[in-house]
Amino acid sequence: MGERLSEIWVYLAASPLLGLTVTLLAYQAAHWIYLRANMSPFANPVASSIALLVVILWSTDTPYATYFDGAQFVHFLLGPATVALAVPLYANFARLKRELLPIGGALIAGAMTAAVSAMANGWLAGATRATVISLAPKSVTTPIAMGLAEKLGGLPSLTAVFVVLTGIIGAVLARGVLDALRIRDDAVRGIAIGVAAHGIGTARAFQVSATMGAFAGLAMGLSGVVTTLLLPLVLRFAQG
Amino acid sequence: MLGAITVLLLYQTIGEIVVLLTGLPVPGPVVGMALLFVTLLVRGEAPAPLRDTAERLLSHLSLLFVPAGVGVMLHFERLGAEWLPIVLALVASTVLTLGVSALVMQALRRRSRAGSG
Repeated sequence: MGERLSEIWVYLAASPLLGLTVTLLAYQAAHWIYLRANMSPFANPVASSIALLVVILWSTDTPYATYFDGAQFVHFLLGPATVALAVPLYANFARLKRELLPIGGALIAGAMTAAVSAMANGWLAGATRATVISLAPKSVTTPIAMGLAEKLGGLPSLTAVFVVLTGIIGAVLARGVLDALRIRDDAVRGIAIGVAAHGIGTARAFQVSATMGAFAGLAMGLSGVVTTLLLPLVLRFAQG
Repeated sequence: MLGAITVLLLYQTIGEIVVLLTGLPVPGPVVGMALLFVTLLVRGEAPAPLRDTAERLLSHLSLLFVPAGVGVMLHFERLGAEWLPIVLALVASTVLTLGVSALVMQALRRRSRAGSG
């Protein structure tokens, strides 16, 4: 019986089915915990499903590459999801046109602040060059950030980790920071969350209000574009 | 649904091809997003199936970050060695970004309202 079980394990562990299934299971368990915790930002489902999966992979001695063989089918959807951002962007185009200057100004200022302050802080606190470059695109959504890290000479997989951490930090801290600054308007709060904490922040914003979510989604899409255009220039300037 | 997914993949593919041909420093999906946005503007409406599919895909956006996030296990060594600068950079820059973008938007809004009013 034990032999039979280990045969089954060897077969399953080598097929992409397991990585994919365990990702969906872990996420749904994490989401359930999140709902039970009254959607407290501290029970962020991305953070807890990652923690759960790392523990599972560790205790079964499964290498990340084997896991990713299955999980890549989920990861792949980030590309079409980025394209799909055109739809909420289009739906909110009227609002965007009406407030082009405030939103545009906030996007450029926010995107620059995110990249420059992350690099400067990392560099001043003694991070290595590869880490500093990988930090630069951390506030934009994963597919954009990984693409940028690759083009700029950072480590795309490290950037992906920073992106996810940033999203979690943003989702946890947004309410406190924006309350402290007495920002009450949902549109302004949404833009700030979308610029600072991309998709994970946007997912959180949608749970607070549809307006906040729409503006966060708008900001996430546009700050990805703004960062893509400005970051190469910033890096060229920083490297003299 | 099937048609809408095909449209999304088609625009992503066109985006990748444009990036490969022009050497633009922009990821392919972003070009795909821009092209789809322009298409919607020209058409003057977003077809309902595309709206539904986009909404469904984006409502599970958090899940899509999980596989890349698990990649944290590849970088434990680097994270262990550089955890302080990394935590500092991430937390400080996220707080700053939240604050700066909110304050800039609020200030510009007040100005443009004062200007038009």
